[in-house]
Amino acid sequence: MMLEVKNVSVEVSGRLILQGVDMHIRKGEVVVLFGPNGSGKSTLLKTIMGFEGYKVISGEILLGETRIDGLPVEERVKLGLGLMYQHPPQVRGVKLAQIAGRLSGNAGLIKEMSERLSLSSHLSRDINMGFSGGEMKRSELFQLILQDPGLLLLDEPESGVDLENISVMGKVLDGYLKEEGKSALIITHTGYILDYINARKGCVMIDGKMWCVGRPKEIFENIRERGYDKCMGCDDRAQSAR
Amino acid sequence: MIEHNRQDNLEGRDRDTIVSTGMDFSEKERSGSFLQQDSGLMFARSLSDGLEIMEIKEALEKDPEAAGYFGANFRSTGRDFDRETEGGYFIRVKRGHTIEFPVQACLFLKQQGFRQKVHNLIVVEEGAKAYIITGCSASHSASEGMHMGISEFFVHNGAYLNFTMIHSWQESVSVKPVSIASVGEEAVFISNYVCLKPVRDITMYPTALLHGRKARTSFNSIILSHPGSLQDVGSRVALQAEETQAEIISRAVSLGGKVVARGHIKAAARNVKGHLECRGLILPEQGSIYAIPEMETDYRDVDLSHEAAIGRINKDEIEYLRCRGLSPREAQSLIVRGFMDVGVLGLPDKLKAEIEELENSTLKAGL
Repeated sequence: MMLEVKNVSVEVSGRLILQGVDMHIRKGEVVVLFGPNGSGKSTLLKTIMGFEGYKVISGEILLGETRIDGLPVEERVKLGLGLMYQHPPQVRGVKLAQIAGRLSGNAGLIKEMSERLSLSSHLSRDINMGFSGGEMKRSELFQLILQDPGLLLLDEPESGVDLENISVMGKVLDGYLKEEGKSALIITHTGYILDYINARKGCVMIDGKMWCVGRPKEIFENIRERGYDKCMGCDDRAQSAR
Repeated sequence: MIEHNRQDNLEGRDRDTIVSTGMDFSEKERSGSFLQQDSGLMFARSLSDGLEIMEIKEALEKDPEAAGYFGANFRSTGRDFDRETEGGYFIRVKRGHTIEFPVQACLFLKQQGFRQKVHNLIVVEEGAKAYIITGCSASHSASEGMHMGISEFFVHNGAYLNFTMIHSWQESVSVKPVSIASVGEEAVFISNYVCLKPVRDITMYPTALLHGRKARTSFNSIILSHPGSLQDVGSRVALQAEETQAEIISRAVSLGGKVVARGHIKAAARNVKGHLECRGLILPEQGSIYAIPEMETDYRDVDLSHEAAIGRINKDEIEYLRCRGLSPREAQSLIVRGFMDVGVLGLPDKLKAEIEELENSTLKAGL
């Protein structure tokens, strides 16, 4: 097992956001996480990553054999976690090339990936300063590929990206995930990313609880046709979530 | 190369301090050098055609033109100045000459309790261009010392001057530079100020008078403020002719000291442009930064603006870099390093790299 989230409840600023969430991701598995706005999807990713202010009040999170809740963010990175931000901050004075160089010692790979993701001219710029929405997402994916984590946490990788660039990003991501043993947890609203990657498992999160598990494309079609209201009335919830 | 017998009077530690203000004793990539210790000249020489560099006393004695410059910027602004000065340099770049390598000058405070008072004149004649790097610093032995430096700049029509001043003082030294620049038609005056070492207090408010059409000026300062230091540093520009432009940029990082970052742009003619930018970071609880940007205009057709942002490093930025595997310390140091970007100083690559190196070594020790 790559990642195990066991009965995890999380508080943010004194508010209970996640309630007894269970989830697991196997080595090599890609899991898609669906859910309405505000249901706690990003909170789950940030909690797994170890962001400040995301307080695990019960349960535990294991990465491989190691219990990671309580570890600092950078320690989790060393253990093989990598996060692609939904809304990355601007970091004035720190160039994309500086971070790229720290993430990978392979200048050839940096050059190749920056070209594939049309970021060559962004390398000399401050991270995310004046980047468009799509440029930020490409820069996030670029950094993540250089970081080379075993488990990728992707928070809406395609939001704000035009169709042409979704295709570029989708192919880069698919190529990476096809490498041996790479796993991912992906939040998506539009579902576009599903056309490029081979995901066999999808989950729905509603009101901070894991609602159901199934085939991602089926779940997505159901949500598209009937919305999340239908999910909430779904009877198989309890057994399928486990 | 400065002859060894001229350097013999310098102790090793003093030599290092002087080097830390940008002095290169090899003179390999310098066009001229000047070094004064307390009130005594150690050396002054030009290595380049069209560049004169000498002690102020010598210039005033033998050159009536130099004497004419002495105090002229104070007279034209109706300000008084301290006449009880001893020493200082006279640097003149002759008409039309471009001085390839930087000119270096250093005023060094050695004796305990010494009150160093100098008057410098920098003249860049029509169409000439030069980079000057000047250091002011104090020996470890110079506790309770004081440095007062008057500088007058004359940047004539079509001339370009990039003047970078690096301060490297001691905890117990007080510093009060006073400077006025007059900038002619289509001339450019860039004034950079870098202060990375502890000091007791610095008070300075250099002024530039842009009296020629299309004159431009930038004042850039990079300040690291240590516990116990007070740095009251500002710049003032008077846009006195049409189509003149000014920019005042300051970057201050408090490691516990107090910084007052002032800036004042006055539009005294039509169609002028001015921008003030002040950014400050406070690392520990006890540091403080006071940003005072001021703008004034007597005319409607002007473009004056300012932006200021002070406070702690954004936690989201630290967290973001931690997500890329950096420790909180490394993330902070990378952000501070980028914040104090010497790219704003408009320096040639070699000089920029030298100052970056100074910054790196100071920050490594300081953070």
